[in-house]
Amino acid sequence: MLVALILLAVVLGSVAFNFLSPWTFLELGSNWALIDFTVLVTFVICGVAFVILGVYMAWWVYKYKYVPGRLSEYEPENPKLEARLTIVTTIGVVVMLAPGLVAWDQYVRVPPDATELEVNSEQWKWSYRLPGEDGIFGHAHNKYITFENPMGIMEGDPYAEDDIIITSQTVKIPIDRKVKVLLRSKDVLHDFWVPEIRAKMDSVPGMVTYFWFQPTLLGEFDILCAELCGRGHHTMRGEMHVVSLDEYETWLDAQVTWAEMKAGAIPLSPEAMQGRSVAESNGCFACHSLDGTRMVGPTWTNLWGSTVQMDDGTSLVVDEAYVRESIAEPGAKIREGYSSEMTPYEFSDEDIASVIDFLKSQIQEEEQVEQPESVE
Amino acid sequence: MATAEIPYQETVPLHHPKTWLGKYVFSQDHKVIAVQYGITAMAVGLVALVLSWLMRIQLAFPGLLEGFGPDEYLSAITMHGMIMVIYLLTAFLLGAFGNFCVPLMCGARDMVFPFVNMLSYWVYLISVILLLVVYPLMLFTDVAPTGAGWTLYPPQTITAGTPGADWGIVLMLASLAIFIVAFTMGGLNYITTILQARTRGMTLMRMPLTVWGIFIATFLGLIAFPALFVSAVMMLLDRLIGTSFFMPAIVSLGQKLEYSGGQPLLFQHLFWFFGHPEVYIVALPAFGVVSDLISVHARKNIFGYRMMVWAIVAIGILSLIVWAHHMYVAGMHPYFGFFFATTTLIIAVPTAIKVYNWTLTLWRANIKLTVPMLFALSFVLTFIMGGITGLFLGNVIIDIPLSDTYFVVAHFHMVMGVSPILAIFGGIYHWYPKLTGRMLNDTVGKIHFYFTFIGTYVIYFPMHYLGFVGVPRRYYETALGGTFPDFYPPSAHYLNIFITIAALVVGIAQLLFIYNLVHSYFKGEKASDNPWGANSLEWRTPQTPPSHGNWDERLPTVHRWAYDFGVPGHDTDHVPQDVPRKESA
Repeated sequence: MLVALILLAVVLGSVAFNFLSPWTFLELGSNWALIDFTVLVTFVICGVAFVILGVYMAWWVYKYKYVPGRLSEYEPENPKLEARLTIVTTIGVVVMLAPGLVAWDQYVRVPPDATELEVNSEQWKWSYRLPGEDGIFGHAHNKYITFENPMGIMEGDPYAEDDIIITSQTVKIPIDRKVKVLLRSKDVLHDFWVPEIRAKMDSVPGMVTYFWFQPTLLGEFDILCAELCGRGHHTMRGEMHVVSLDEYETWLDAQVTWAEMKAGAIPLSPEAMQGRSVAESNGCFACHSLDGTRMVGPTWTNLWGSTVQMDDGTSLVVDEAYVRESIAEPGAKIREGYSSEMTPYEFSDEDIASVIDFLKSQIQEEEQVEQPESVE
Repeated sequence: MATAEIPYQETVPLHHPKTWLGKYVFSQDHKVIAVQYGITAMAVGLVALVLSWLMRIQLAFPGLLEGFGPDEYLSAITMHGMIMVIYLLTAFLLGAFGNFCVPLMCGARDMVFPFVNMLSYWVYLISVILLLVVYPLMLFTDVAPTGAGWTLYPPQTITAGTPGADWGIVLMLASLAIFIVAFTMGGLNYITTILQARTRGMTLMRMPLTVWGIFIATFLGLIAFPALFVSAVMMLLDRLIGTSFFMPAIVSLGQKLEYSGGQPLLFQHLFWFFGHPEVYIVALPAFGVVSDLISVHARKNIFGYRMMVWAIVAIGILSLIVWAHHMYVAGMHPYFGFFFATTTLIIAVPTAIKVYNWTLTLWRANIKLTVPMLFALSFVLTFIMGGITGLFLGNVIIDIPLSDTYFVVAHFHMVMGVSPILAIFGGIYHWYPKLTGRMLNDTVGKIHFYFTFIGTYVIYFPMHYLGFVGVPRRYYETALGGTFPDFYPPSAHYLNIFITIAALVVGIAQLLFIYNLVHSYFKGEKASDNPWGANSLEWRTPQTPPSHGNWDERLPTVHRWAYDFGVPGHDTDHVPQDVPRKESA
């Protein structure tokens, strides 16, 4: 009796939970309503099967409980019943599979009027490239990547000159415009995922993967990384703003092309250059941005000489002693709002001096600095 | 029938061990090897349990655990997954149940190659030691366990942004390769024994379903594990001598690496060519065990035996052509989606048939709600839940929003964690009397059952809904106030806390089980030769526990299938397999 009741409670409780719990898909923000529909069909068919089987189980456990001396019915097989059940199951499977395959067919065939957006991923940040006025991306490959050429664009490709390079983690997309997302990775697997859009796809170094969607909802959405990519996986966060066409045009005008980026690169002193390469080869830029963006660690833009708040309520001016300590013993002082996740590094005095030179080179005029993005 | 013909094998003298060491340590007796496998697998499972507690505490109460940062979290998920899938479930279902059940149920004296069988255990033990040695090493060196996730996807597995990318991963890969050697030695034994050493009258279509499940699972293992073996070796070469099987040109944390031209997707194909059959390597023996438990304790023949056998065979074959449903978002050729979604959903048909037949076996039965039966029933329910969520994920387009979320975590824990473990518990409660000669305590067993079944259900059922909300898996932090996005509602975090508390309770409840195992071994009620009134041959041994060699002078002769319960015209409600048919039919 108790067992039958518990089985029944588990089955009915699961159904009740499904309808009463507040947790479900976020509001759909794209054209992929067919995905949600297929989920609904699957929910109904599977839910009905689950309830029927579970209730029968509970009922029979109750009804046919042990009575000493009674014999159970001897019926090794019932081909007719087995055939019927097989047919019913097959029909159920077909009904679930059919809309799924139709939707998949749409998912993998990109409409010809879709515009392209290249998403670059690396540990642990996103950046973007648009094909520019000619609508064609310049050729790019990881083997061409340098500090000045973070996306690895091939030297001398004429299609590359007007490509728009967006090193910020925020990208804007005009509403209702079909977008083909091309995914590239610098290092390991990542996965570009905006839950409201439903679509996702891994980025794989060495190849270009894709998916497409059409945003239907204005708003600012989080871009998550959905494929394990190392210790900073959970911090890899971009933003996708779906905006009106006007707002998009304004934003687009403010972005730099590849040609402009090459021309506008601020030359560094040899010492600062040395510092940058020390920082680069030790992976500092995986956690410290150079554009004011908040990442796992504090940005290096305008860091040198600034007054910063510590999590114990004190404040200090970033000077050589603090930088030295933060490299050798990162846990000693923690900036307010950050956690102690950095591993200690042993740098030579010469290397520390060069990194400080590089920090000095990262002091920018106020108006050039991008607004730090709020991350909450 | 001429009684003078005694087959050769019945007269061959067994080499009985002469020393304590030969009897209990380097034993060639399949029953001792089964116990060795079982105890080792359970011990390593406890490590995985503790790791899961640490992960759950971090998710619900971030910052509570000092020194449990992202590196430790990722190492914990990796080690937990690897232990549960390979070193616990595979080792227990095939190493322990396979060793114990196959010779006894087939009416054989032992495995066909007892020495190789013994080696299989010791090689397995080496692989376990190699897997866990990283923890003591951590204390004295800077070797850290790998945090690549149990799927070990390159390039991150061997690049600097992942914990343990230098030596932790090498230990893991070496351990896996050695495990596969152990599995192969065991697996060849199971298959050869089943094909060659069945006793008189034990036709294939009279074998208990447990043996069928183990048989097909072992076939799958022998086909699938080599794929893991080669991928482990190739990755070791990539890591140690700089080949580029899986490594394209990449810039890792600002450094250009020497690799170029490799293909990360190749690894994923190899891994899942192993990894999907692996699901059925675990599931098929569990199916078999549960079929036998339900039939015995419901005192009714298993419904549709032939269909059950062919369903096992069909699932086994189909499981070899569905692997890429783990890779729908991996960036493989999109047209693969059509093929793999179709094959995956086809597999639902034979699987559903098994569920129907278990349920229909209860119809007009005479159900004894013993502890093994409770576990078997709960297996059916959790397996239905895990199966139908598999229909979500197998249908390629639904996998797009749900893959890499907690929906996946909930699904595979339900279908491949909870279900087989419930089947293992059921099997242990069922066979313990034969193995030790003593019954397990019934009351403690029932308390253990209720905590385990209800506890695991309330852990994993609500977890599916976190996946719909959009909580990604393998995130160190999913709590508010951390780095998690705004759309994650506070209520979902409370759910996370609830799940953690349930996980702690379920874990503690397992102490009851261990207590029961140990206490009953010394103090338990004495078991009769056939306490459940079962029909298969392991219950017909002349001694309980069976002696070395299992049978007397003569091997038993089989006259019927193992499911003659409630046969009209007999005095008892069951007729064992070795009881002759009446002359007049």
